[in-house]
Amino acid sequence: MSFISYVIRGISLGSVYSIIALGYTMVYGIAKMLNFAHGDVIMIGGFIIFTIMSTMGLNPLIAVIVAIILCTLLGITIERIAYKPLRKAPSLAVLITAIGVSYFLQNFALLIFGADTKSFTSVINVPDLKLAGGNLTIAGETLVTIPLCIIIMIALTTFVKKSKTGRGMVAVSEDRDAAILMGVNVNRTIAITFAIGSALAAVASALMFSSYPSLSSASGAMPGIKAFVAAVFGGIGSIPGAMIGGILLGIIEILGRAYISSQLADAIVFFVLILVLLIKPTGILGKQIQEKV
Amino acid sequence: MKMKRMLGLFLVLCLTVASFAACGTKEDTGAQKSGDKFYIGAIGPLTGGAAVYGQHVKYGAEIAVKEINEAGGINGKQIELRYEDDEHDPEKSVNAYNNLKDWGMQILMGAVTSGPSVAVAEETKNDNMFQLTPSGSAPAVIQYDNAFQVCFTDPNQGAASAKYISDQNLASKVAVIYDGSDVYSSGIYEKFIEEAANTNLEIVAAEAFTADSKSDFSVQLQKAKDGGAELVFLPIYYQEATLILTQANGMGFDPIFFGCDGLDGILGVENFDPALAEDVMLLTPFAADAPDQKTQDFVDKFKELSGGDIPNQFGADAYDAIYIIKAAIEKAGVTPDMSISEIGDALKVAMTEITYDGLTGAGMTWAATGEVNKEPRAVIIKDGVYTLFE
Amino acid sequence: MKMKPAKQVSNSTRSNLITIGAIIIVYIICQIMIANGSISNLMKGLLIPLCYYSIMAVSLNLTVGILGELSLGHAGFMCIGAFASAFFSKVTVDTIPNVFIRFTLAILIGALAAALLGSLIGTVVLRLRGDYLAIVTLAFNEIIKNVMNVLYIGVDSEGVHFSIKDAASLNLEEGGQTIVNGPRGITGTPKDATFGIAILLLILTFIIIINLVNSRSGRAIMAIRDNRIAAESMGIDITKFKILAFTISASLAGVAGVLYSHNISTLIATQKNFGYNMSIMILVFVVLGGIGNLRGSIIAAVVLTLLPEYLRFMQDYRMIIYAIVLIVMMIFNWNPKCIAWRKNHSIKGYLAMLFNKQKKEA
Repeated sequence: MSFISYVIRGISLGSVYSIIALGYTMVYGIAKMLNFAHGDVIMIGGFIIFTIMSTMGLNPLIAVIVAIILCTLLGITIERIAYKPLRKAPSLAVLITAIGVSYFLQNFALLIFGADTKSFTSVINVPDLKLAGGNLTIAGETLVTIPLCIIIMIALTTFVKKSKTGRGMVAVSEDRDAAILMGVNVNRTIAITFAIGSALAAVASALMFSSYPSLSSASGAMPGIKAFVAAVFGGIGSIPGAMIGGILLGIIEILGRAYISSQLADAIVFFVLILVLLIKPTGILGKQIQEKV
Repeated sequence: MKMKRMLGLFLVLCLTVASFAACGTKEDTGAQKSGDKFYIGAIGPLTGGAAVYGQHVKYGAEIAVKEINEAGGINGKQIELRYEDDEHDPEKSVNAYNNLKDWGMQILMGAVTSGPSVAVAEETKNDNMFQLTPSGSAPAVIQYDNAFQVCFTDPNQGAASAKYISDQNLASKVAVIYDGSDVYSSGIYEKFIEEAANTNLEIVAAEAFTADSKSDFSVQLQKAKDGGAELVFLPIYYQEATLILTQANGMGFDPIFFGCDGLDGILGVENFDPALAEDVMLLTPFAADAPDQKTQDFVDKFKELSGGDIPNQFGADAYDAIYIIKAAIEKAGVTPDMSISEIGDALKVAMTEITYDGLTGAGMTWAATGEVNKEPRAVIIKDGVYTLFE
Repeated sequence: MKMKPAKQVSNSTRSNLITIGAIIIVYIICQIMIANGSISNLMKGLLIPLCYYSIMAVSLNLTVGILGELSLGHAGFMCIGAFASAFFSKVTVDTIPNVFIRFTLAILIGALAAALLGSLIGTVVLRLRGDYLAIVTLAFNEIIKNVMNVLYIGVDSEGVHFSIKDAASLNLEEGGQTIVNGPRGITGTPKDATFGIAILLLILTFIIIINLVNSRSGRAIMAIRDNRIAAESMGIDITKFKILAFTISASLAGVAGVLYSHNISTLIATQKNFGYNMSIMILVFVVLGGIGNLRGSIIAAVVLTLLPEYLRFMQDYRMIIYAIVLIVMMIFNWNPKCIAWRKNHSIKGYLAMLFNKQKKEA
C-alpha cells in the first residue's frame, strides 16, 4: 500500500515538474536557448499571485489571470532587452545573459518582497480524494494539475502543428535562415514563444505554490533546474516529452528517497538521468539529430 | 593588432595597480579613525537563500546599537556598526571580514551561519580579534579562545531535546526529519540520536532532506507515520517546517512536533495558518510574544525597522550580542584606542566574568571555551501563541 | 570559433609570453605592496582566490573553447580536488611537518583524484552531444556535491573508515578522528596555500594548456571541435582525444580545488561553492573572457571576482547591480551593433587619430 501511495506522491510532484518543463521545452525547442531564468519567472509569478490574493484579498482566479498577464509582459520584456540583442551571438552568450537575468530577478524579488518566506494560499479549492478507506490520498492540487498539464500539452501541440504562428515556430526551430526566406518573422515568432513560455510559467507558479506553499526569492531556482532535467529526460524540445519526463522525474525522486536513501535522493535522480541519456542520448521522446556531413 | 594587444594589457595592468593602490589608501584611513568610537563589524547573509537570518541579525544589531548610542554609548564612547554580506558562503565571509578590517573593525559580531563562522574564526584567531557569534552554533565556531557564542551549540541542543522528551515522557516512539545538507540540522540530529540511545526513546525513522529537494516531505512523513511515531523531532528551520506541517495535515498525520530554536519564527511566516502549528513544541531561548516589557519593546522596534516582520531568534540573538559586547567592554574597561589584539585579550577574560540577562535567556554566563550557559525554555504553541510548557 | 592560421603561431607565442610576463609583473607588484603594507586586507585575502578562479576559468576554457563541449559541471572536479587534498593534508599534518612536501603531495593528490574522476565522467559524458552533454555534466556535478554531503570518513589506528549514514556508524575506536564529517565537511585544513604557489600553479596551468593546444594532440582536439566527421575520417581517434582534453581540464580544476581548500579552514560542499551555481559562474568567466581565449578567461575571472567585492558600498543593491553589469557586459561584447560601435570608437582608433594628427602637425 505504501508503494502505491509513494507513486501517487511521485506523480503529484512530477506533475509540478511537468508544468514547469512545458515552458522550458517550449522556449528551448523554438529559440534553441536554455532559459535559466524560467524558474525565476515562476517565482515572480508566485509573488504576484500572493500579493494580489493575500495582501489585496482578491479572488484567486483574478490573481492568476493578472499573474499570467504580468508574467507574459515580463517574459516579452526580458526577451526584448536581454536576449534579442544577442540573436546572432553564439548560444553560450545568450545562456550567460539568461543567468544574469536569473540573478537579477532573484535579487529584485529579495529587495521588493523581503527575505522571509511567505506561506502561499492555495488557489485551488478542490477537496482531496481519499481512496482505499482513507489510506491513499490524492491531493486536490494534483487532481487539477494533471488534467491541466494534459490540456496544456494538447493545446500546445495543436497550436504548434496547426496554427500559422505555430508552424512559423517549427520553421524557426528547424532552420532559422530558411524560415526568414519563407517570410517568417523570426523576431516576432521568438517573442511570441517567450510570451507563451512566460504565461505557462505563471500557470506553473499557481500550481506549484499551491502544492508546495513556501514562497521566497530563491524558491524558483531549484524547481527550474529540476524541470530542466525533466525536459531533458523527455527529450528537450518535445512537448509530450516534457510532460512524461516531469512525471517520471517526480516518481523517481520519491521512490529513490523512499527505498534507497533519503539523503541521496538528488544523486539518485541525476544518476537515473545519466543512465537514460546513455541509453537514449536525446531523451525519451527526443528527435535523433541527423548529422550533416 | 599587436599594438591593440599591448594597449589592452597595459590598461589591465594600470587598472589592477590602481585598484590595489586605491584600497591601500583606504586601509590607512581605516586604521587611523579609531580612538573615539568602537567599531563593531558584523557578517551575515543578506542575499541568497539564507538572507532572512542575516537580515534579522542586521535589524536586531542595529536596534541595540541605536539604543546604546542614544543612552550615551559604552563608557561614553559611541558604537559604529557595519554589516557585510557573506551570501552564506565561507569564502565570501572571509572577504567580508577583510573588508571590515579595512574599515577599521575592532570587534566582530558574526558570522550568522555556522559554515562562514568557522571560516572567519580562523581569521579572528590570527588577528586575536574578539568574535561573538549570535547564531553560528557549530562547535567548531568556538574552537579558539577568542570566539564566543550567544546561541546554544548544536550538540547541546540535540542532547537537551532528547533528554527533555524522555524526561517529560512526551513519547517513546520518535521520528526525526532533518536537513542532511545543513551544518546546524545534522549537528543536532547526530547528537540527538546518540543521546536518545541512552534514554527510553525509540527512533522509528530518521529521514533526511537536502537543500536541493526541500518541498516534498511526503516520504519522510509517511515513514514516520508507518513507524508509528508519536513524536516527530524537527531540528530544522521554520521555513521547511511550515511545509512539513502543511503536508502532515494533508495526510491526516498528527503526532507531537518538537523542534529547536530553528523553529522559532514559524508564527511570523506571512500568511501561514497558525492552526497548523497548534501544539507544536519547541525548545527555544527566545519567544517573540513573551509578555515581558523588554521583549515587547524589541519586537515593536524590530517591526518598525523591518517593515512589519516579526523577529525570530536570530534578531534577538544579535540584539543580545551587542549588549553582551557592551557588558564585556564595561567589565574589562576597554577603550577604543587599544589595539585589536589588546581588546581581544581583555574581552576574552571579561566574557567569563559577566552575567547577562537578555532576550534569549536570563543569567547567561560563559565558559572560557566560548560556550554559553543558559536555560532553554520549552514552549508549546496554543491558539497561535507561545505558551510556556510546564 | 575560429582557428588561428599557421602564420600567426609565432604571434600567439609572443602573446602568451606577454600574458605570463604580465602575471609575473602583477605578482611582483603585489609582493612589493605586501612588503610595504600598502595593500588592503581585502585584496590580500583575495589574491589566492583570484588565482584559483583564474585556474578554473582557464581549465574550463580547455573544455569549452578548445574541445568545444559545453560543461556545466566544472565545480564538481574542484570539489573532488578540494576534498581529496584536504583529507590528505588533515591526516598527514602531524606526520609530514614539512609544509612544502605536504602541500606538493596534496596538489598531486587533488589533481590525480580529479583526473581519475574526469576520465571516468569523460568516458560516459563525451558520447553525448551539445546540450545533452551539458546537462549530464551538471548531473555529475550535483551527484558529487550530494555524495560529499553524506560522506563520513574517519581515521583511527586500524585505518580509514567510511560511512554514508552518520559519524557514529564509523565505529571509530578511542582516539580516532572523524575527518570528513558529512555536511559539516572538513574543518581545520592547514592553510598551506600561499600566493606564490598559487601564481606558480596559474602559470603552470597556462603553460600546460598552451603546450597542449600547440601540440599534435591539441591540433587533433581542435580538428574534432571544428569538424568532427572530417577529423574522424582523417583517422583521429575522437574518443581518446576528447577524454584526454576533458581529463586534463578536470585535473587542473582539481588543482584549483586544492588551493581553495588550503586557503580556507572550512570545506563544505554547498550549492554556492561546488554546486551548479559555481560551475555556471566559471562558465561566465570563460564566455565573457572569450571562448578559446585563455588570457581573456584570466582577466574575466579577476574582474568578475573583484566586482562584487568592490560593489559592497552599494549595500542591498549590490547583487542587482552585479546582475545588470553582467547582462550589459554580455550585450556589449556580443551584440552586432555594439561590436560595430566598438570598432568605430575603440581607444586604438582614437589614439591612431591622435597620432595621425600629431604627425600632420609635425
